[in-house]
Amino acid sequence: MALEDICGFKDTPVHRKWFPASHFEDTDRSFHMTDFGLRRLKKSGRNSGIPLQFFIPTLPNSVPFNPRPSLPFSPSNHSVTVSRPFPLSHGTTTLGFIFQGGVIAAADSRASAGGLVACPAVHKITPIHSHLVVTSSGSGADCMLWERILAREIRLYQLRHRRCLSICGTAKLLSFMLHPFKGTDVCVALTLCGWDKEVGPKLIYVCSDGARLNGDIFSVGSGSPYAYGVLDRELRWSLSKEEAISLAREAVFRATHRDAYSGNKVDIFHITAQGWSQRKREDLKEEYYRDMERRAKIVEERKRVTILDALG
Amino acid sequence: MEYLIGIQGPDFVLVAADNVAASSIIQMKHDYDKMFKLSEKILLLCVGEAGDTAQFAEYIQKNVQLYKMRNGYELSPSAAANFTRKNLADYLRSRTPYHVNLLLAGYDETDGPGLYYMDYLSSLAKAPFAAHGYGAYLTLSILDRHYRPDLTRDEAVDLLKKCVEELNKRFIMNLPSFTVRLIDKEGIHDLEKITSGAK
Repeated sequence: MALEDICGFKDTPVHRKWFPASHFEDTDRSFHMTDFGLRRLKKSGRNSGIPLQFFIPTLPNSVPFNPRPSLPFSPSNHSVTVSRPFPLSHGTTTLGFIFQGGVIAAADSRASAGGLVACPAVHKITPIHSHLVVTSSGSGADCMLWERILAREIRLYQLRHRRCLSICGTAKLLSFMLHPFKGTDVCVALTLCGWDKEVGPKLIYVCSDGARLNGDIFSVGSGSPYAYGVLDRELRWSLSKEEAISLAREAVFRATHRDAYSGNKVDIFHITAQGWSQRKREDLKEEYYRDMERRAKIVEERKRVTILDALG
Repeated sequence: MEYLIGIQGPDFVLVAADNVAASSIIQMKHDYDKMFKLSEKILLLCVGEAGDTAQFAEYIQKNVQLYKMRNGYELSPSAAANFTRKNLADYLRSRTPYHVNLLLAGYDETDGPGLYYMDYLSSLAKAPFAAHGYGAYLTLSILDRHYRPDLTRDEAVDLLKKCVEELNKRFIMNLPSFTVRLIDKEGIHDLEKITSGAK
């Protein structure tokens, strides 16, 4: 999208062929738009340069965009419905929390499509800028797209206003961008984890339903109840950085153990006033075996102690 | 799952809202404030569908503030309530209706205190006491029994506490704490949060 603008791609005939909607931005065509009830297109004029189909929620009886633009515009009277190949679910475990040393963001790395593991090594935590990462849950494709749109808008804001938009402002911007798609099948639940220069650590949950929540601890996805179970008991403000990271790892591990749709690896990001830093991905299989060994040792120890007590 | 309540006295309005922000079965926040300050003496309490609440309430809030900036004086509670209702009604038969239930509480210099009940079908009623949510089924009879138009502030807070007690006893959902605010001719005052003790 951004590359397209820089290369001046908009002005080429190829662009008109691939993105016929964008020539609807011209005001002289706006009367066609109101005829077919596509009012939103007029308002999208301010987002010039962005292929408009990203910003238009599909209407139930919408006219499909013809690959060959025809003048005058003639609608074909059939509605486009795409049947889903598999049921969508928020198969994931992501979490974020604030403590004295900054913000920790953690997530698993499994992408599921119904009962199939579509990819065991997905990146669910994406940096947006030096002091903001976003963890994603919901539909993978939607999340990837909206993260890119958000990164682009933040960068544009930075270039235009010569300062970084605050995390709260970023969350509000994202929430308002997602609002037209409420009620459609867009499914994104993002947690923005960042550090504001003025305010310090910030954690905001934004969802395609429109919810926007500021808080100290969030976990999202099908594995989130399990993660909350671990986090709620052991999270304290005064944790050290190592303790916080190991708590995040433990929470994701317990969630992936119980939840079928989460698993494989865990990614952990730590955000401080100096920016974000990423830990090496860890395979949770190793964590499982370590946990098994630890339990075996405890059982051994207890047996030994009871035998000694019985003897002595 | 969410609960709002308002009680109007002779020269004040007492309002309370629960503090839970939930997403399916999980409480995502325990200290979420559902009251939006429209002006120095008007509060809008808003519950309903996840994104619609904040979106609609903030829209009304900004428009009320814009009115003050443009005209130099604030909207009265009655005017603000009717403005809110008009917006709800306009969106009701559009493709994107707002599913929100509201209580608007305010104090007017000339008319005194006012409590307005609005629901997602854009009905509007000025009432001496009102409640929203499943909890309303349990507490409206308590309000009917014990309400008098000449309640003092302490009596109103006691009545509110009676309602919360009933919710803690009989309501299936755990609502651990409630934000309480009082509006009178001096403005909006934060009162002590009502907590159920069990954390």
